[in-house]
Amino acid sequence: MSGAPLLCVRNLRVTYPSAQGDTHAVRDVSFTLGRERLGIVGESGSGKSTTGRAIMGLVPPPGRVTADELRLGELDLCRLSERGFRQLRGRRVAMVLQDPKYALNPVMSIGRQISETHRAHVGGGKPAARRAALEMLEAVRIRDPERVFTLFPHEVSGGMGQRAMIAMMLIANPEVLIADEPTSALDATIQTQVLAILDELVRGRGMGLILISHNLHLVSAFCDRVLVMYAGRVVETCEAGKLREAKHPYTRGLLDALPELGRRRELLPQLQRDPAWADGA
Amino acid sequence: MIRLDRVTVRYGHGRNAIAAASDISFAVAPGAAFGLVGESGSGKSTVLRSIAGLIPHAEGQVQLGGAAMPPQRNRAQRRLVQMVFQDPYGSLHPNQTVDQALASPLRIQGLDGGEQRIATALREVGLGPEHRFRFPHQLSGGQRQRVAIARALIVAPRILLLDEPTSALDVSVQAEILNLLVRLRRERGLTLLMVSHDLAVIAHLCDRVGVMQHGALVELTSSDALAAGAVTHPHTLELLRSNAGYDMRGAEAARFEA
Ligand SMILES: Nc1ncnc2c1ncn2[C@@H]1O[C@H](COP(=O)(O)OP(=O)(O)OP(=O)(O)O)[C@@H](O)[C@H]1O
Ligand SMILES: Nc1ncnc2c1ncn2[C@@H]1O[C@H](COP(=O)(O)OP(=O)(O)OP(=O)(O)O)[C@@H](O)[C@H]1O
Ligand SMILES: [Mg+2]
Ligand SMILES: [Mg+2]
Repeated sequence: MSGAPLLCVRNLRVTYPSAQGDTHAVRDVSFTLGRERLGIVGESGSGKSTTGRAIMGLVPPPGRVTADELRLGELDLCRLSERGFRQLRGRRVAMVLQDPKYALNPVMSIGRQISETHRAHVGGGKPAARRAALEMLEAVRIRDPERVFTLFPHEVSGGMGQRAMIAMMLIANPEVLIADEPTSALDATIQTQVLAILDELVRGRGMGLILISHNLHLVSAFCDRVLVMYAGRVVETCEAGKLREAKHPYTRGLLDALPELGRRRELLPQLQRDPAWADGA
Repeated sequence: MIRLDRVTVRYGHGRNAIAAASDISFAVAPGAAFGLVGESGSGKSTVLRSIAGLIPHAEGQVQLGGAAMPPQRNRAQRRLVQMVFQDPYGSLHPNQTVDQALASPLRIQGLDGGEQRIATALREVGLGPEHRFRFPHQLSGGQRQRVAIARALIVAPRILLLDEPTSALDVSVQAEILNLLVRLRRERGLTLLMVSHDLAVIAHLCDRVGVMQHGALVELTSSDALAAGAVTHPHTLELLRSNAGYDMRGAEAARFEA
């Protein structure tokens, strides 16, 4: 990590109230992000996406967000209005959402969505936006950018939709990118290529990247640091390369549950959850 | 149980038509599990859709349970095969609760005992009664995928097609779902056809594996051969190489190329 942190999060809490009782989706999460690749792993429902959405000001009502500190550079996000967040999103922080088909506008061609994002955030005319969009599609390894430019989200494969979404998020050159399972629909080869693009942005332009993923191998090999979340809390933080040596029984359980090529087990060990973990044990 | 004989599927018409899958032939025995891997856009989902009868094929024949499928399938033929889609959000209707999503296939198939079947299906995929009346946006990604699997299982199909069923799931739920699929296969003799880009997941569940590239089936192999690296096609070797997470060498090559 170099220089002042891009993002400071201290005791972030997100609660979804409901008639059946409140869901404490995020509980006292604290971390800082520099010009680095920070991974967030954890089981389904542990609060990874909600953490990302809180930073983007995208927690849907009636969800409640509070924090002792939530800062992007000098900007206090706790005090930011919805209008302020709208100006911020896409330009300074961008998030690649977990469900690309849902995040893309179904009635607008992919090319138009990307070029309009470019015009909204970078400015310039239509031809420049079109050129930039085609370049971006090529950068995310879309094989035939001219064709894909004209297609609608339902006409592309899962992995192509995901890359279109990434192209749209990167085109405004944000300071912080939150990528929520950005490569889960990609085969390993293209996944590697897309991550190489993100890596380039972190090293080359000093972007801060939060990579949310359930793929422990990937996060361990790609990121600098990893936060492990359980039931809305960070239960362990470690150097990414040392994830395999993680101490917390929850992290160990996650590692054990991975199928491995060449080590076939009839059944995979399932996580035995200890209620004490939820209280930060 | 499943037999594809020289199946070709095209999208679009005339000059803009593309063959998303061409000349695909393979067979899956009853109760077996077959895996389909290959680069993005290679036609894997297209093959599953044509087996499920969701899109017509231009050429060739799809046989299920020994019978060739007609262009318009009847109710029993539709019940025979169920599919879990790649994109769980898109496949669940945003205005339908979990309960409604599970009730509608029962209604379409004219099956009774809905109350019991829904409760059982939810339990089978590890969801609690508290999830039953929620809408998709009130569930996490993994929870939504479990609803999608419950919805496919609820009509008791004999063939289950799974398009990246665990790619949206964390490893602990993935282990639960894979164990569930192993159990369903053993107890119900369910025939499985799964698409995944995670070779370890494929090798865990499947006996035989097909590798696709540019709409063609380029290699038919076994999980054991995959694990041993005893495969021949360059695309299979490439998939194998970049499977172990983020491949630094691959990334360097990609940067170089760019
Ligand atoms: N809009 C909402 N209303 C009510 N509860 C919600 C809402 N969104 C999320 N939740 C709940 O908040 C918790 C955290 O969800 P979140 O989506 O952050 O999990 P996640 O770690 O991203 O999981 P996954 O890996 O499955 O995507 C879950 O229990 C979920 O059911
Ligand atoms: N409805 C459609 N109209 C036109 N082209 C389509 C349509 N659906 C898919 N295609 C094209 O067919 C090809 C194969 O797509 P398919 O979805 O089968 O790939 P896939 O192997 O499942 O890829 P992924 O791993 O990314 O999901 C792609 O080039 C895609 O753009
Ligand atoms: Mg999530
Ligand atoms: Mg697909």
